[in-house]
Amino acid sequence: MWIAILTITSIALIAGLALSFASGRLPPADGDLVEQVNDLLPQTQCAQCGYPGCRPYAAAVVEGSATINLCPPGGDDTIRRLARLLGKEAIPLAESVVPAVAVIDEAACIGCYHCRNACPVDAIVGAHQFMHTIIESECTGCELCVAPCPVDCITMRPLS
Amino acid sequence: MTAPTYDLGKLHGGLRLQGNKQESTTQPILEVPVPSQLVLPIEQHVGEPAQPVVGVGDYVLKGQLIAEPDGELGAPVHASSSGTVVAIERWPVSRRHGDKAPCIVIECDGKDAAVPSSAIPDYQSQAPADLLLRILDGGIVGLGGAVFPTAQKLMQARTCDTEYLILNGVECEPYISCDDVLMRERAPEILSGAQVLMHALQINVCYVAVESDKPEALMRLGEALAELDDDRIVLKQVPTIYPSGGEDQLVQLVTNREVPSGGLPTDVGCIVQNVGTAAAIHDWILRSEPLISRVTTITGDGVVSPVNIRARIGTPIEEVIKLAGGYTDHVKHLIIGGPMTGKSVTTDEVPLVKASNCVLAISDTAPEGDELACIRCGDCAAVCPVQLLPQQLFWYACADDEKKLREFGLIDCIECGCCDLVCPSHIPLTADFRIAKGRIRELADEKARAERARHRFEARNQRLEHEQQEREAELTRQKDSAKSAGPAAIAEILKRKQQDKKDDPR
Repeated sequence: MWIAILTITSIALIAGLALSFASGRLPPADGDLVEQVNDLLPQTQCAQCGYPGCRPYAAAVVEGSATINLCPPGGDDTIRRLARLLGKEAIPLAESVVPAVAVIDEAACIGCYHCRNACPVDAIVGAHQFMHTIIESECTGCELCVAPCPVDCITMRPLS
Repeated sequence: MTAPTYDLGKLHGGLRLQGNKQESTTQPILEVPVPSQLVLPIEQHVGEPAQPVVGVGDYVLKGQLIAEPDGELGAPVHASSSGTVVAIERWPVSRRHGDKAPCIVIECDGKDAAVPSSAIPDYQSQAPADLLLRILDGGIVGLGGAVFPTAQKLMQARTCDTEYLILNGVECEPYISCDDVLMRERAPEILSGAQVLMHALQINVCYVAVESDKPEALMRLGEALAELDDDRIVLKQVPTIYPSGGEDQLVQLVTNREVPSGGLPTDVGCIVQNVGTAAAIHDWILRSEPLISRVTTITGDGVVSPVNIRARIGTPIEEVIKLAGGYTDHVKHLIIGGPMTGKSVTTDEVPLVKASNCVLAISDTAPEGDELACIRCGDCAAVCPVQLLPQQLFWYACADDEKKLREFGLIDCIECGCCDLVCPSHIPLTADFRIAKGRIRELADEKARAERARHRFEARNQRLEHEQQEREAELTRQKDSAKSAGPAAIAEILKRKQQDKKDDPR
């Protein structure tokens, strides 16, 4: 009986080691798909999907806990591409937004730094107690800086 | 006289189109008098629009700089006649359907007073680099219709190993004959411009390519060449096939070298210039006249007497139409440019610009059948001069498959319109390809933007993490140093603090 127990244990041990080695060395299939999904997302990091960034949303989509129509900046094009990649049906966008950039009313800005800390892509320049401004070319229009502003001097300007 | 040579490369596909050029070539070039008002768009070239350097109310002379280039790619704009600047405002121009664009409007005084001459008749003594800078000041752009700033094109060619200068006198698009009559009437000036170009580029071989349906132009050029006695210049007759006048196609025909996909003629040691551009360079370098006039074909069955005119840049098209006898009763469309690549406009208020090689007034476009499904006959692939597969591209354009569109070389499509003409199902392939090209560019932009945002997001996360680690390290360091100082030191500090409190009880 001991021989049998030892044999089974050693087989399990070898198999376990091999599996843990493989999982460490080979890229996990799901993770790969998450990368692919992430590539299709617009990388605005706006969290409008309810997840803290594009990659977490991509992971949720692959896992199946999120639908593919939650990305407003990506629009219908992103939904179509996601649908094609994942072999799902293209569904209409849950909530659509107009592409826009944030604009700071510089005369009203008090230099509180809150918006700068909120910006996920470091598109706001300025220092404590000094006026802030937005680098328009880097702004992804995520609106995350609008809420933290204590004097409401940030507005979204639609891109023409 | 050097006889035209026939050793030519082979052009794939192409079409023999009905020329309709005779109508406008029966008369010599008609000089258009200076109009009462000139409208000069600040963007008449590829690149950034020029910036006005005159204000409303300023008096300007003929040939005076009124807008200078801004940015890396651009060309200056000069006043075409003397007069007063009355406005700098948006005006309909020959872009899509007469869209408006910023223009400098000059009320002419009729004196046509010019700025003092600054010609350099001994240009051979100038360094090529200086000559190129001089050409830049002349506001000269490619007059074949592409309006790429000539000086920048030459400067790019100087950085490459360029062997041949090719003068493009092919003008393969139907109806247009402005280069033809220019070659007939100003052959010596064209060749002189070629000599200036050869000096500026330090090139010793120049081919002048002319289509076989222009015997008179060939004859005049041959005569002028015999008189000039410059054996660096060779006349070449090329077959009359549309679109042999396309830059890459002409290089293929003349030198039997194929311009690589996404490349330039300089990649195979060639630079192509339109014959009109060469004449403009002669006028600027040797006669000190910047690009303020050009030859334009006014033709089509919508005008009474089709003719080639030489008008100042900025002359409203309605003025030149009057000179061509006015419109006929059955005129329907006005097109700036040729029938294949031109743009339709809705008003004749638009001015003639550097790009306007033709004004086409026609009664009605050829009746086209309804668009049917693609039957995959392959006729389009047979005529495509770039050897693409339009039927496949059409397939992928419908499916919006960006990857496949790139793979099948959509970017190399020259939008000549040959596939449209032969398609038995009347599919507007060129229009579809134009839209698909726009889509590809848009997608690439979007992708680049997303990539940059992701990069910045990751960099920010890394920075935050790094800051957090530093803070923690600092805290541990402080704790450790306090611990290592021992209980005595701690007691000392606490005592001092208590003392401070006593001194300053608040």
